[in-house]
Amino acid sequence: MSIESLVQEFTAAAASPKAQLKKYKDAGYKCIGVMPYYAPEELVHAAGMVPFGMWGSNKKTISKAKEYCATFYCTIAQLDVEMLLDGTCDLLDGVITPAICDTLRPMTQNIRVMMEGKLPTIFLAHPQFRRPQFGLEFCRAQYTHVKTELEKIRGSEITDEEIRNSIKVYNKSRAARREFVKLASEHCDVIDPIMRSAVLKSAWFMRKEEHTEKLEALNAELKALPAAKWNGVKIVTSGIVVDSPALLKVLKDNHVAIAADDVAHESRPIRVDASEEGDPMMALCQQFADQDFDVLLYDEASEQNRRGEFVAKLVEESGAQGLVLFMQQFCDPEEMEYPYLKKALDAHKIPFIKLGVDQQMRDFGQAATAIQAFVDVLAMQ
Amino acid sequence: MPKEVSPGVLALRKVVDDVYADAREAKKQGKLVGWSSSKFPCELAEAFDLNVMYPENQAAGIAAQRDGEIMCQAAEDLGFDNDICGYARISLAYAAGKRASRKIDLETGEFVIDPNSGKPLKDENGNVVIDEATGKPKKDPKTMKPYIVIDDIHEIEALPEGREKELRLNAIQPYKQMRIPQPDFVLCCNNICNCMTKWYENIARMCNIPLIMIDVPYNNTVEVNDDYVAYIRAQFDNAIHDLEKLTGKKFDQQKFDDACKHANRTAQAWLRVCDYLQYKPAPYSGFDLFNHMADVVTARGKVQAAEAFELLEKDLEKAIKEGTTTTPFPEQYRVMFEGIPCWPKLPNLFKPLKANGVNVTAVVYAPAFGFVYNSYDEMVKAYCKAPNSVCIEQGVDWREGICRENKVDGVLVHYNRSCKPWSGYMAEMQRRFTKDLGIPCAGFDGDQADPRNFNEAQYETRVQGLVEAMQANRK
Repeated sequence: MSIESLVQEFTAAAASPKAQLKKYKDAGYKCIGVMPYYAPEELVHAAGMVPFGMWGSNKKTISKAKEYCATFYCTIAQLDVEMLLDGTCDLLDGVITPAICDTLRPMTQNIRVMMEGKLPTIFLAHPQFRRPQFGLEFCRAQYTHVKTELEKIRGSEITDEEIRNSIKVYNKSRAARREFVKLASEHCDVIDPIMRSAVLKSAWFMRKEEHTEKLEALNAELKALPAAKWNGVKIVTSGIVVDSPALLKVLKDNHVAIAADDVAHESRPIRVDASEEGDPMMALCQQFADQDFDVLLYDEASEQNRRGEFVAKLVEESGAQGLVLFMQQFCDPEEMEYPYLKKALDAHKIPFIKLGVDQQMRDFGQAATAIQAFVDVLAMQ
Repeated sequence: MPKEVSPGVLALRKVVDDVYADAREAKKQGKLVGWSSSKFPCELAEAFDLNVMYPENQAAGIAAQRDGEIMCQAAEDLGFDNDICGYARISLAYAAGKRASRKIDLETGEFVIDPNSGKPLKDENGNVVIDEATGKPKKDPKTMKPYIVIDDIHEIEALPEGREKELRLNAIQPYKQMRIPQPDFVLCCNNICNCMTKWYENIARMCNIPLIMIDVPYNNTVEVNDDYVAYIRAQFDNAIHDLEKLTGKKFDQQKFDDACKHANRTAQAWLRVCDYLQYKPAPYSGFDLFNHMADVVTARGKVQAAEAFELLEKDLEKAIKEGTTTTPFPEQYRVMFEGIPCWPKLPNLFKPLKANGVNVTAVVYAPAFGFVYNSYDEMVKAYCKAPNSVCIEQGVDWREGICRENKVDGVLVHYNRSCKPWSGYMAEMQRRFTKDLGIPCAGFDGDQADPRNFNEAQYETRVQGLVEAMQANRK
């Protein structure tokens, strides 16, 4: 298949999760909503179900969710509540609700209450002490709870062999996505920011086998291309979710390519793989333990600025000239880490801008002006 | 006439003053001083005789002293978004060395007075004196205050010894919360919120000091199961090990046991004091409880706090016998105040309540701070039961319990802009209060520390609405 037609398929899946959900349900799959962050999707897959990432929506307006949320919560959480209330998610067979930030904490409760008798909700509390044995044990207990709840929905036990197989499927998917991120930068004359986003976003709404197969095909096509002739600038994106086609069009229109990302919805969760050997539940816990450099995770060496340095290095190594931070409105973990991200970027002399975004934004005029000005600065360097 | 203050209240004030004074003294002597989140197991620090300050209590004090806004702005100037919790912003600004300071003229050594401050001057008959030149009321010079500006302690300390250094040090706001020592270590327990984790990581980074962390994941069930106990207990052991390394001392079991004994005694006395709000009319207002929280936060592991609360109990017993109350108006309605108060706006909160005879006779802090336990594992479980760390059923149960026992007619809910985990399920809780208890609820928007997020007009309207609903409910 051509690059164009592959990208079109990813774009269609990314743009219509509801249609994807119906497609899988019609094919006989059970489907599980997976809210941010770090839910062990492998367990859903091992149960023979299709996980559906729930990262809000660029097309909906918050209305019914007001019954539960005040205005000062991130739109991702509010729109997830909205979609659970407005029927968008009616075909789901369950939803996993992690509690790793202060918005998600109360949302786990609201969702459990409002979905009572309608949809099974699976609570997930991650440990912040991820690496010591006691942290791994706690994580295992929580993942076992998720597994048990999925088994209730499935009606039978999930075997270790099934989990091991799912780990392989997911490792393959993560590897393909990591490779795509590199190739998208190398061939940014072909893969623009809108296409890049669609490819990565669609992974949340497609069975991983299907997504990986198409992505490996796309990667092969990209690899075969001659080196890009790129006259625009390259940036690293950072933030929680950067998937608004209208916003990404601003980047495209200004000849901005994405060299790499530090985005929760894109590369942050695919940086590390799970072991394909040994106890598969522990392998998933260890994989979570190996996650690092994330605003949502506790850093045991917190007196150092490890995350800031990591992002600065990412910019340098990716060949980007600067960074655009898409600051998710009302996201206190991102906001809390901003001053030290800024410190590291300044120390490395990396130009950057911070743009406030949320998924209710429909007018990107201000963002366009800021990006345009930033591009001018980068171009002069 | 100044309000008479009971011996118990005086004792409680002294306990907190001593905690602050001891920390300042310890720092002078070169001893370690730590900063701790309010619901970190203080028993652990007590076992090592450590002097500990509490940034939440400090921030509440700074906000109540009206310096919340300028400190929040100082944090914003450092890059912290104004969406972040006001306590965290105040604390982070302070940790970075920022101080609210009285503006001083370095040449004359005099404070620069803000002409907009102060109250109108009154003559011997109590009439406002008008300035003939301007036609406006004259200000009473005794009530006028200097401009408040932000200074930087690191900058001041880098100055050579001399007049400027002395003047600028002296100009820092003189109240105790603006004069706490910089930390040598931080103790963080995130049972109340995740923001705490990043807040303390930032302090550790700013000050290049060790962070001792206790992670209490949010709990979805009323019971605290064995997985939580094992995970948190292991962290207590870890924290003890870290404290041994930090202090160079071995863990002192006897001191730890004593601290646990005192903490339990304080918690029990606190709960009994809270129970006095069950009397009708109540011998005091729930707003007074907010003030006594400083003791539960900063000194619950100390015998002095237990003794002071026991003394307050005696005062309250006496008040009941004598039929007196510190509430300065006849109690017509009783409400639960949900959430942390808007510290910078306490008088504004109180005004419409007083005008309508509404006494706050229930606050959720009563059960939320009553950490009572009989064993190490029970202690672990107690620290899992902080506000914001418990599931909605537990939260509703706590609140409805005190609403029933304290016989409230309505609930006033503070949608606290600073506290996402707390405010995040209040809408559902409100519905449950009304359904289960048949009482009206009213919500208002505010903030525990940043006065910019409080709208007085909205608050007054909501209180008025609540009063009308309570009135209608009685018919």
